[in-house]
Amino acid sequence: MSKSFARAGRIVAALDRVSFIARRALVTGLIGSDGSGKTTVMRLAAGLYLPNAGRIEVLGIDAAADPQRVQSIIGYMPQRFGLYEDLSVQENLDLHADLHGVAHPDRPGRYADLMHMTGLAPFTRRLAGKLSGGMKQKLGLACALIAAPPFLLLDEPTVGVDPVSRRELWVIVHRLVEERGATVLLSTSYLDEAERCDEVVLMQGGGVLGQDRPQAYTRRLEGRSFRVSASGISKRALQERIGRAPGVLDATIQGSHVRIVTERAAPPSPAQVAGGEFPLEIAPVAPRFEDSFISLLKEQGKSASAGGDRAIPLARADGADGDVIVVRNLSRRFGDFQAVSDISFTVRRGEIFGLLGANGAGKSTTFRMLCGLLPASGGSLSLAGLDLRVAPARARGRIGYMAQKFSLYGDLSARENLRFFSAAYGLAGARRQDRIAWALDEFALRPFADAPSRDLPLGFKQRLALAAALMHEPEILFLDEPTSGVDPLGRRDFWRRINALAEGGITVMVTTHFMDEAEYCDRLAIMSRGRILAESGSEEMRARFRSAALPNPTMEDAFVALIAAAEAPSAGAA
Amino acid sequence: MNARRWMRLRGLLRKESLQILRDPSSIAIAFVMPVVLLLLIGYGLSLDAKNVPLALVIENPNAESASFAAGFFQSPYFIPVRFGAVQDAEAAMRAREVDGIIWLRSNFTRQMLGAGAAPIGVIVNGVDANNARIVEGYLQQVWAGWLASYAAAHGIAFAEPLNVEFRVWFNPAVESADFLAPGLIALIMTLTGALLTAMVVAREWERGTMEALLVTPAAISEIIVSKLLPYFGLGMGGMALSVAVTTGLFHVPLRGSIWLLMAASAVFMLSALGMGLVISTFSKNQFAAGQIAITVAYMPAFMLSGFVFDIASMPAPIRVITYVVGARYFVAILQSLFLAGNVWPVVLPNMAALALMAAIFIAVARRLARKSLE
Repeated sequence: MSKSFARAGRIVAALDRVSFIARRALVTGLIGSDGSGKTTVMRLAAGLYLPNAGRIEVLGIDAAADPQRVQSIIGYMPQRFGLYEDLSVQENLDLHADLHGVAHPDRPGRYADLMHMTGLAPFTRRLAGKLSGGMKQKLGLACALIAAPPFLLLDEPTVGVDPVSRRELWVIVHRLVEERGATVLLSTSYLDEAERCDEVVLMQGGGVLGQDRPQAYTRRLEGRSFRVSASGISKRALQERIGRAPGVLDATIQGSHVRIVTERAAPPSPAQVAGGEFPLEIAPVAPRFEDSFISLLKEQGKSASAGGDRAIPLARADGADGDVIVVRNLSRRFGDFQAVSDISFTVRRGEIFGLLGANGAGKSTTFRMLCGLLPASGGSLSLAGLDLRVAPARARGRIGYMAQKFSLYGDLSARENLRFFSAAYGLAGARRQDRIAWALDEFALRPFADAPSRDLPLGFKQRLALAAALMHEPEILFLDEPTSGVDPLGRRDFWRRINALAEGGITVMVTTHFMDEAEYCDRLAIMSRGRILAESGSEEMRARFRSAALPNPTMEDAFVALIAAAEAPSAGAA
Repeated sequence: MNARRWMRLRGLLRKESLQILRDPSSIAIAFVMPVVLLLLIGYGLSLDAKNVPLALVIENPNAESASFAAGFFQSPYFIPVRFGAVQDAEAAMRAREVDGIIWLRSNFTRQMLGAGAAPIGVIVNGVDANNARIVEGYLQQVWAGWLASYAAAHGIAFAEPLNVEFRVWFNPAVESADFLAPGLIALIMTLTGALLTAMVVAREWERGTMEALLVTPAAISEIIVSKLLPYFGLGMGGMALSVAVTTGLFHVPLRGSIWLLMAASAVFMLSALGMGLVISTFSKNQFAAGQIAITVAYMPAFMLSGFVFDIASMPAPIRVITYVVGARYFVAILQSLFLAGNVWPVVLPNMAALALMAAIFIAVARRLARKSLE
């Protein structure tokens, strides 16, 4: 199939000759980053789009020729779940039962079954808009399942949902497949969900990189993943060194180690990496799905954001240690809703500190208070030694903020955006010219300097946003979900820059709901329902939950265990 | 098959009704806004000139001039203020203290009794042209009335000026509320019909619920009917309330049949809803849908329907445009039903025009709406 759209007078190809098969009674995952074409495939399968070329058959029916027949027999959950938020759980179910022609005598049994499966039974009278993200997701699924469809299309069902709810959704999906023989086509941008699928169609830039069983992807990488640790050198410097070594495809920080993927099944020689300057320990580890994605991307040379090989020079390495962000008993209340309750933490100079939590955990509220956008209801906080309540304007001059959504002006060029933001921060004359030139060079934006920034590839948009936040050389950098939706190569490029900034003495604070992003942080705090459940380095965090059953827990395992422990005493209360 | 179709339609209608009941903004548009608009326009926007401040300059007071001036003091339309010299009166007009000047020159009596030049000077502030025209009309009435009574009292017959007799039909008191309020009903129904419908459909696109709805067995015609019926009910409810306020509070007479009024309103409502549906197929976000509805439905209903501005006095090209404004036909029906009665030669052709528009809009909406995102 091929599919293109007309956007502002231009033709944009969303899918280019995509072919794949989703087999009966299996879960097929469409995995790829934002803009890879996943949703377009889902909508073509649901008969909502017509392909420009090629054909798509669903349960033997041509979806383009007879969309209504397909739409009548499949279950479909669009992004954001497609629920009527001003109707109750029961009213949403009734509507879908009416639409799908479920006979009245069959309904009580069907409802009971779905409510039991999704755990929504106590909430049938609640308005859908008042449900948590995880519960909305389950209600959306229940609505799609009302007529027991033989084929289920789920478009990014797990995005923005907490890890506990994600796991519960997967349990339901697997039960549907095993007990009822349903066929599921599911899209996701979480690479760690690949292992939960029976088959994975890996998508990038509107094309298919491969279709295979998830184990097959990783098997190709057998013997090519290693864990490198060294003493006498910081983990970020080690990552930088080893990433440049010949034969190394990928190097990422994991806890205090660096994880690498090599081109051939042999570790790099310590001499090439360290040159005898420091001792090096290289041990083989099991490959992950992401490793194979990276190697496929590198082999095919496909990435939305290649280039920019130089890291940022050390901006202001004064090396002075000290607490840059001090938060004490911070609280924020909205009416009778306690968004943030009594949190405390400290971030030192040059540290990368992460706030981890699901949507609604209180991350954004905390962030807004730290940036001086929202007054605190209680507690104190200081930035770079300035009390936000006493000197908000001066404190704000010391921070740079990069918002979650692309918050630059899309109809201005990269250069105009930089000029505007440096002026907004009070830069003028030669200094402004210098900083703009610096940003264009350091972020490799020169080729795009005069094009409207909305037309930039996602990875470049993100670089431009980062550059704009750095124009006034802030001491503290706030990043709100900085890499959501960006492909793994773009994410690595971004974090390499952030690492260089931190090495240069800039303090970085990050919020994220991507568990793997937590690995880049020196320390992190896990938040849930406005409270900090735990705060430590990522390695210690994972180590706390090591057990016989989980010898090598992931950050998500740690998160799920923490939430479970926090909610155990009040399980009946919700 | 038919049972399933009915089940789907009933489910969609129930969902739409629940949403209306739970969304304060649709209730507000249908029931609160009509009352607010009626009160505002009924009490605030008046096209009647009442209590107009008027400067009276009498250069040579005598019996005739005093008798003439008394006519102004007795009139409910004017508040006369005496000025000694015309220069002072002009200064007052510049300061907008008065809206007109009546200037009786020293030769008033001689001029009046003789023939030829006008005996009184009238200066009207033309900044508000509408007001100026009304004041001018009233002045002529006062003048003619005074002349007639003067002539009768003195047994003189005037050849000139002509003795003009005004009679206003259907609205003898020339109350602007009487013809504004019925027109306002057309405006309110345009808003509930086109604006509300366009916005609720756009809301479904914005929230992603339309996408979920499309991938169900529901047919596009069922979705359209489910959007038409509840808002039809809402619009008719708003209409009934407006009629109650119009007749109850403003004492506007309803001389025609209430059933005919209901029938005409129903046909107009369908055309407004159809227009809303057509807009919603073009615009899938609420803001744009609202803007389009206001530009193509509300503004023409306000300006080109003959509700405030007389269509006959518009330039020819604009007059041609009014023929595609549904409110034009409805305003004509409303004004005759309220003020004149069941005037079939007015009601029938206008209703036919509305029915045609409703049919065209709904057919176009049906044609444009597709179970697809393209």
